[in-house]
Amino acid sequence: MDNIFDDIQKRFEITDIVKQDKNLNFLTCKKELTVSLITHLKNIEGFSHFVLLTAVDWIEDEKFQLTYILNNPDKRIDIGIRTYIDRGTATMDTAHHLWEHVATYQRELKEMFGIDFPGSPRVDEQFILEGWDDIPPYRRDFDTLKYAEETFFPREGRKSNDPAEYMKKKLYPDEEK
Amino acid sequence: MSDNNNSNNKEDKFLAKENEKRTVTGPDGVKFEIDPLNDYFCDQKPEVRDPKNKVVEKFLNWARAESLWVLGFGTGCGSIEIPPLMTPRFDAFRFGVQMRPTPRQSSVIIISGYLAVKTLKRVIRTYEQMQSPRYVLALGSCTINGGMYYDSYNTINRVDYYIPVDVYVAGCMPRPEALLAGFNKLKERIKAGRAEGANEYAEKFDWYKANQKKIIKDWNMPDYNW
Repeated sequence: MDNIFDDIQKRFEITDIVKQDKNLNFLTCKKELTVSLITHLKNIEGFSHFVLLTAVDWIEDEKFQLTYILNNPDKRIDIGIRTYIDRGTATMDTAHHLWEHVATYQRELKEMFGIDFPGSPRVDEQFILEGWDDIPPYRRDFDTLKYAEETFFPREGRKSNDPAEYMKKKLYPDEEK
Repeated sequence: MSDNNNSNNKEDKFLAKENEKRTVTGPDGVKFEIDPLNDYFCDQKPEVRDPKNKVVEKFLNWARAESLWVLGFGTGCGSIEIPPLMTPRFDAFRFGVQMRPTPRQSSVIIISGYLAVKTLKRVIRTYEQMQSPRYVLALGSCTINGGMYYDSYNTINRVDYYIPVDVYVAGCMPRPEALLAGFNKLKERIKAGRAEGANEYAEKFDWYKANQKKIIKDWNMPDYNW
């Protein structure tokens, strides 16, 4: 694993390496070099299986974090490639030419986070939500409770408890605080 | 009929492709235009069924209660409770309950757990295709008040605003025993002549339609399509 890092670290300007596990590492890479890094890992280093592509909304930093996870079936190691993109423009290079099913993940991200992947097949078609007309629901500035209360006729009389406080009161009623 | 808004609105961006107006060529070479929303579906509103003979109706209700034919349709996590119901351990056949593959043959639809907006659209269409009298059994907390998905962006909070519900079975998830109890409760209701969901749907049809259309934003099917 380490010899891979020595090779790619300078070439792809990798800023951060997190060794999560013996067989799982996360690299952080610049947005522009991400797709070329994935191509390199696929074609040269044998990471031939694409596991998933997912996003995290870091609303405080005005950034989306994208994570591509690749797997090397021969050496049985996983590698995750993280990259940060601007939250306002929210555009990323497409990687559907490497694996066909990347296009499906990108379609999902377009619908749920509003991250655009220009050139990806069918990326503008609706995917899971039908006729959604609000901001993308996985963005953290989307207030899901408010939306549900306005839309779905909530039944009156519903009570919620904080599970930790409730169980503490129920199991240890004598204890103070 | 003129009250079907979709067929009048030609620029409906949500209109499904198979429902668009088009010209087809018949086997004998004659070309003709079809408008699926008007030609393929009946858009007459449902009517209230008013039984004339009370004694016969009582007998019919007994017969209906003793053979509940359930549509094999699962909406959420609760659909996994239905297969064990049919196996020897719980054996719902004892109660005259059996599964059917099509809404045309079924009298009961089970809303089994959380119901997404996307699934609700299919449920409405299925429910309207069932023959009257028809009954709805709603399983789980999600159908009652949203359950653990009460703040979800696409899980509805209560089913009885969209289709009339006869029996709620509480729990998250209810076990098959609870489901059997729900079936027995439904039988009691039918025998007592109180399971009038289909009539209620026909009476308050406009209210139900308005609620359904409020959340299904890409309404691309006829208003009533049995």
